Amino acid sequence: MLAEYGDEAKPLAGGQSLVPMLAMRLARFDHLIDLNNLGELTGVEHTGDGLRIGAMTRQATIGADPLVASHAPLLAMATTHIGHFQIRNRGTVGGSLAHADPAAEYPAVAAALGAKLEVASVRGTRLMEAADFFEGAFATSLDGDELVVAARFPTWDDPSGFAFEEVARREGDFALVGAAVGVGMDTAGIIRRASIAMLGVGGAPVRCTEAETALLGCMAVGGDLDEADIGRLALAGSEPTDDIHASSSYRRRVGAVIVARAVAAAARRAVESSREGCDV
Amino acid sequence: MSDRDRGHPEVSVSVNGAPRRAVLEARRTLADFLREECLTTSVHLGCEHGVCGACTVLLDGIAVRSCLLFAVQAQGAEVTTVEGLAGPDGSLNPVQQAFRDCHGLQCGFCTPGFIVSVTAFLAENPEPTLDEIRSALSGNLCRCTGYQGIIAAVQQAAAQTLKREVLEP
Ligand SMILES: Cc1cc2nc3c(=O)[nH]c(=O)nc-3n(C[C@H](O)[C@H](O)[C@H](O)COP(=O)(O)OP(=O)(O)OC[C@H]3O[C@@H](n4cnc5c(N)ncnc54)[C@H](O)[C@@H]3O)c2cc1C
Ligand code: FES
Ligand code: FES
Repeated sequence: MLAEYGDEAKPLAGGQSLVPMLAMRLARFDHLIDLNNLGELTGVEHTGDGLRIGAMTRQATIGADPLVASHAPLLAMATTHIGHFQIRNRGTVGGSLAHADPAAEYPAVAAALGAKLEVASVRGTRLMEAADFFEGAFATSLDGDELVVAARFPTWDDPSGFAFEEVARREGDFALVGAAVGVGMDTAGIIRRASIAMLGVGGAPVRCTEAETALLGCMAVGGDLDEADIGRLALAGSEPTDDIHASSSYRRRVGAVIVARAVAAAARRAVESSREGCDV
Repeated sequence: MSDRDRGHPEVSVSVNGAPRRAVLEARRTLADFLREECLTTSVHLGCEHGVCGACTVLLDGIAVRSCLLFAVQAQGAEVTTVEGLAGPDGSLNPVQQAFRDCHGLQCGFCTPGFIVSVTAFLAENPEPTLDEIRSALSGNLCRCTGYQGIIAAVQQAAAQTLKREVLEP
């Protein structure tokens, strides 16, 4: 149907972003294609190397799912920051990713974890890296006739720890700036894998590669890791968005603190996960 | 069927237990359908874009914004508004009674949305902490009360529902 109607049609998922846009006359379509009765687009399944989550799976379901909590904890942590419970009861993971709001949580999580998106059209199915999917604010590389069918979130090997931190004016508001962080260690407690993705800094989620590299080789806890330094490094040279909600310099300074907190929490959790591993 | 209605979809839903059928434009929101066709005018419209919470209803028991749903999407569902939460004789349910007792309302515009949201919240979390209550209320805006009375009302409703469960298991 998307192929048939072209630009006149838009898929309707949870409607928690699309319907407000229609109500405010920011967008107009002749046809909305309701995905809500497509059961095959719903559900969380374990796929060996991670989780495959159907595009129409609600944010509330993801927030409460035990598989998500154990295999993609960063996704569960981010979910509590999305809007209010009434919004999460309808909003979907596919909608959040496809909408690509620069202040949204799931795109940053997808970027941090290196998620892949399953995208389908009458022409076939393709798998896209999160890094290639997000192009800018509200912009993705989806073609007009393509649908996000599922998102695949890889599970990190233990010991690893994650943290999601953000600053918003009020609970449930879109974040001004936020960070999704993952830290993986070896058994000696040295960081061997690090991922820092920020929201609210650019149009698309931003990976802070220099700060990630600086984390490698540090002891996760009780050693040479200076989180504040990592935070400053993450935002160094970035030009965050300047808008009515917050100035660019506010976002840069607060962003550095947010990254520092998230890195410290993720490193601590990585160490805790290694201790749990030993108890068993 | 009038000319205007020709080609429009038909929807059947249950509203507060009563079956409803209507032929309506696909773009009609559930909120407008509930107010104009079903006359369940407890459904208030503040912002019409998902922020204020005044239009919150239960869709198959789950709290949702009725301004962000199209009526046709409720096909086959059970919709509950405040009219359906009170007793058949108009007696207040524990959440409504608590709002009354604790001054949880002034002008009352936001109140139906709060009552519906709090009912859903307490069903899921019958013994909430103060932080959980504050967080759950974040999706409903009130311009009058300053929220303190509303928080007290949620605490009273939670305590009463629990007490009832203990006394009348
Ligand atoms: C009051 C309020 C507060 C909110 N706060 C937050 C917040 O803090 N953080 C946050 O991230 N979000 C927030 N949201 C937005 C919410 O998370 C949305 O649910 C989400 O952004 C979009 O998901 P949806 O399922 O509702 O999609 P829809 O609104 O139905 O669709 C959004 C867009 O994505 C497209 N789309 C949807 N699904 C697909 C698919 N499978 N394939 C291709 N295209 C698709 C649609 O065509 C549309 O363009 C808030 C919303 C409200 C109303
Ligand atoms: S009218 Fe629906 S949330 Fe405000
Ligand atoms: S009582 Fe007036 S808006 Fe809440």
